[in-house]
Amino acid sequence: MSALSIEHLTVALPRGADRPYALTDVSLSIAPGEILCVVGESGSGKSVTATTIMRLMAPGVRVEAGRVMLGETDLASLPDEALRRLRGRRIAMVFQEPMTALNPLMAVGDQLAEMWRTHTDLSAEKIAERSLAALREVALPDPEGALRAYPHELSGGQRQRVMIAMALALEPELLICDEPTTALDVTTQAQILTLIRELQRRRGTAVLFITHDFGVVAEIADRVAVMQQGVVVEQGSVQQVLTAPSHAYTRRLLAAVPGLRAPPARKISPEAVLEIRNLGKTYRPAGIFRRRRAARALDGVSVTLRRGATLGIVGESGSGKSTLARCAVGLLAFDQGEIRIAGRPLPPARQAAAHLVQMVFQDPYASLNPRRKVGDQVAQGPIAAGTPRAKALAEAAELFALVGLEPSALARFPHEFSGGQRQRIGIARALAMKPEVLVADEPVSALDVSVQAQVLTLLRELQARLGLSILFITHDLRVAAQLCDEVAVMQNGLVVEAGPIGQVFEYPAHAYTKSLLAAVPGRGMLGV
Amino acid sequence: MRRALLAYLRNPAALLGAVLVLAVLAMGLAAPLLFPNDPLGLAGRPLQWPGANPRFPLGTDPSGRDIMAQLFHGARVSLLIGFVATLVATAIGIAIGALAGFYSGLVDTVLMRLTEAFQTLPNFLLLLVLVAVFGSQIETVTIAIGLVSWPPVARLTRAEFLTLRTREFVQAARVQGLSDLHLMLREVLPNALPPVIVYASVVMAVAILLESALAFLQLSDPNVPSWGNLIGLGRNVLRVEWYVSAIPGVAILLTILGVSLVGQGLNDALNPRITGR
Amino acid sequence: MRIVALAGKRLAASLPTLLLILVGIFCLLQFAPGDTVDAMLAQMGGGDAAIAADLRRFYGLDLSVAEQLAHYLWRLVRLDLGFSAIYGKPVATVILERLPATLSLMGASLSFAFAAGMALGVIAARRVNRWPDTLISTLGLIFYATPSFWFGLMAIVLFSVHLQWLPAGGFGDVAMGYTGARRVLDIAWHLVLPTLTLGLIFLAIYLRIMRASMLEVLSLDFVRTARAKGLRETRIITRHVLRNALLPMVTLIGLQAGTMLGGAVVVESVFSLPGLGRLAYESVVQRDLNTLLGIVFVSALLVIAVNFLVDMLYARLDPRIGA
Repeated sequence: MSALSIEHLTVALPRGADRPYALTDVSLSIAPGEILCVVGESGSGKSVTATTIMRLMAPGVRVEAGRVMLGETDLASLPDEALRRLRGRRIAMVFQEPMTALNPLMAVGDQLAEMWRTHTDLSAEKIAERSLAALREVALPDPEGALRAYPHELSGGQRQRVMIAMALALEPELLICDEPTTALDVTTQAQILTLIRELQRRRGTAVLFITHDFGVVAEIADRVAVMQQGVVVEQGSVQQVLTAPSHAYTRRLLAAVPGLRAPPARKISPEAVLEIRNLGKTYRPAGIFRRRRAARALDGVSVTLRRGATLGIVGESGSGKSTLARCAVGLLAFDQGEIRIAGRPLPPARQAAAHLVQMVFQDPYASLNPRRKVGDQVAQGPIAAGTPRAKALAEAAELFALVGLEPSALARFPHEFSGGQRQRIGIARALAMKPEVLVADEPVSALDVSVQAQVLTLLRELQARLGLSILFITHDLRVAAQLCDEVAVMQNGLVVEAGPIGQVFEYPAHAYTKSLLAAVPGRGMLGV
Repeated sequence: MRRALLAYLRNPAALLGAVLVLAVLAMGLAAPLLFPNDPLGLAGRPLQWPGANPRFPLGTDPSGRDIMAQLFHGARVSLLIGFVATLVATAIGIAIGALAGFYSGLVDTVLMRLTEAFQTLPNFLLLLVLVAVFGSQIETVTIAIGLVSWPPVARLTRAEFLTLRTREFVQAARVQGLSDLHLMLREVLPNALPPVIVYASVVMAVAILLESALAFLQLSDPNVPSWGNLIGLGRNVLRVEWYVSAIPGVAILLTILGVSLVGQGLNDALNPRITGR
Repeated sequence: MRIVALAGKRLAASLPTLLLILVGIFCLLQFAPGDTVDAMLAQMGGGDAAIAADLRRFYGLDLSVAEQLAHYLWRLVRLDLGFSAIYGKPVATVILERLPATLSLMGASLSFAFAAGMALGVIAARRVNRWPDTLISTLGLIFYATPSFWFGLMAIVLFSVHLQWLPAGGFGDVAMGYTGARRVLDIAWHLVLPTLTLGLIFLAIYLRIMRASMLEVLSLDFVRTARAKGLRETRIITRHVLRNALLPMVTLIGLQAGTMLGGAVVVESVFSLPGLGRLAYESVVQRDLNTLLGIVFVSALLVIAVNFLVDMLYARLDPRIGA
């Protein structure tokens, strides 16, 4: 008897959506005490599956056919009040964004206590006891303090632990986790995954775990279901699906996951094209009434990028890697140190610096002006520097062909392109200025894994053809392994370790590098 | 652009608004044709009820003037004042808000203090002061109304600029070497304008209300057939001939209703949200 | 403690604003055609240049603008608002006499508009796109479009003239000579129509904002979490949604304080209430620029005071402020 059995579920989207059905004839089952990972890219329907189980779908999304059996009960046909009583007690859910999942105006303890207050008759003291015990179980430092604290006083990882404590408070049969670690740093992610696995094993809870990351799947799944465009294309044990996938889509997805072992080092020129020496940047809070709490984003950072090579800067949030990128490209002024490009210092004037260094940004949906044609946006840099308009547009057309887009696309607007295509446009825009150095700030982090692979391939090709020197910022060690020749690991504004990537990743010297590498999920199963 | 237009036309409330505004506009344009004589000149016996005399379908006011003529000519006044004052307020507000939002630091602080000063003082009070100092001619009143209405526009523009300034496409243009002027006018402003344009409808509604309130208090231009003026005149005969005040008030109500509906319709068309109908 | 410190900071920041207003208005008034002395002479029925010069010297109007400004600001610090030539009393006295009427009117209107706007906004949001929402939203739109002075007049026609339910104006029936509780009730009775009139447009604004705020908060993540926890819908609304949705409303009170004071000018005029607004109108008409300046000062103080209270309230409601 399975804990959860989804039978032939079909869910329709509201009129005007890009397709009529979110889910088509989806059937899944989870045995008690088992972890089923549902994995897919954006638009696969995995989140809709999670929210439909408890009927928490977005407005307009509705179930058209099928059953959702929790034990003996069909959740899809249960009246609202009966379903409400089940929520939290027999099924619980943990969501993706810990920063917004808790009521900012209510203390953490009160929100936790609500679980018992709604579903049980326990007295206030008993509830307080249980709340404290729950927070201890999820290994929150200072549980008493956390009970009294407000959500904004806790970090993302801590809030996610609170969410897990709330979810497991009443010992439900089924726990649904909708990408609970996607918004967390890789080390925090590793901790949360361990926590979920421990608690689940201890209580025998069935877990439905939604993710897009095959590494996570390898790390915790017992069974796997792969979804594409609202259909389950493959289902089976994690061993079987990951090592011997039967469906073409699964095979393609697995092939697109970058391995952690770097390819053999290639020969790179010794000439330094970008030198950053002892760079320092402190964020000073503005205003005379603010308390003096300056944050040192960069604390004396020195890195060297060689011509024609790719230098990876890896680190978690708060490491200073984004600040470094912005200083390198001239968007941010720095307090100490120097930046030299091709031997000369980085000019403060933007027009002069534009020929030396350019940037590719992270968010494909925010990096293009929605109200201007993409061709104009690519060509406007050269035009401002003096190139005649016709020539600039012709060159833009060539660049479009180079990055794999049709030259006729110059006249279109950003909303007509997909995420991967927009990143290509961003790359074309950066290359239009023919810079010495290309700074890529997490350029593939917001893309699906298959699209990510294509863009990485494109970057590799362009580098080979044009001799590009790339400063590549990322938090994803796998991506760094596949693209970078050298790597610098950053923590709290300092470079803790640097060197050829094969060497640093195989034989890490610094403790932090070791912990970063150890935290990468799925090291064992996904072919290192 | 076309999508927004179609979305607007499919919205019944927005269409009603457009109809009302167009009707008032038509009234204003037709006024010199239908009522060629001076609407503020003596036309007949005072205080005739609507419908009593076929020559005056809406009756006459205490001074014997045709109410309908004043209504039609008043439409021109209201729309003209509303439009020009809104233009003044929006121009000032966008300029100040854009500069404050784009350049933080000293420029922002100074401009925001200025905005705050204007907002701390009740705008009607400032309007009274301006009228007391500079007089009640219709041009003065119009500009004065514009001068008291710009702070909310500035705040809105500033908020939009603050948000957009850090967007990656603006930073990309900066890295491409483009000047501050280009960034403000060609990257940020086109994206910041839609909510400001929508807000302009609110400004216009307030402008019409301010003018009519001023006219009601007999502080506006007495040589101009304003609706508010007529309401003020009807105050003395309120007990019996209440229609003198009632009719122009309905006109103001319908005009502002129309302008508000158009504004809301624009907002819904430019910022579509799936409302789960 | 944190709250008081925070609000204190904001208060200190508003001093330059106050200064800006006073200096600005003072300089503006220098452009006025004719000054207090001209108005006095007009009242007295004329006078020659010598009398005018004497009077000007007496009132210090013959000094340079900068000197006059300095004197004025110095007097203000000692809370001396000058002398009203028209009323023959110190401006401060005149203003204090008129303050109770305006404060009662504004207090009543604000409470009415806020309470009713909040209630209707919540109902409209809970039944969004169904008939209660359409009805409430339409009413809100109509109230917003109604000129307050016109509504006041029509209300007088209906309730005072035809139905004879409510008085047509005045701040209590002075002739009856009520005292104590009876007087308060009488004043309250007289304030019903003015409160309704002044509060109407603000009711419409609060209604719209509350509805939008509720809809916004209902779409936020933590509401989904609350549903996933199996909480009852009522509890979700009262304990999770409402408090978050009220935050923009509280801010709005501060922003609308000035507008409400301006609206009081017209409403007090319609209902013959002896308040600050009507005093402002009379000062303009009678060219009593001293009193006008005094009213500007007091109005600005009032708005700053209201914003101060609003800031304290907001900091109390939102623990993220000042963290």
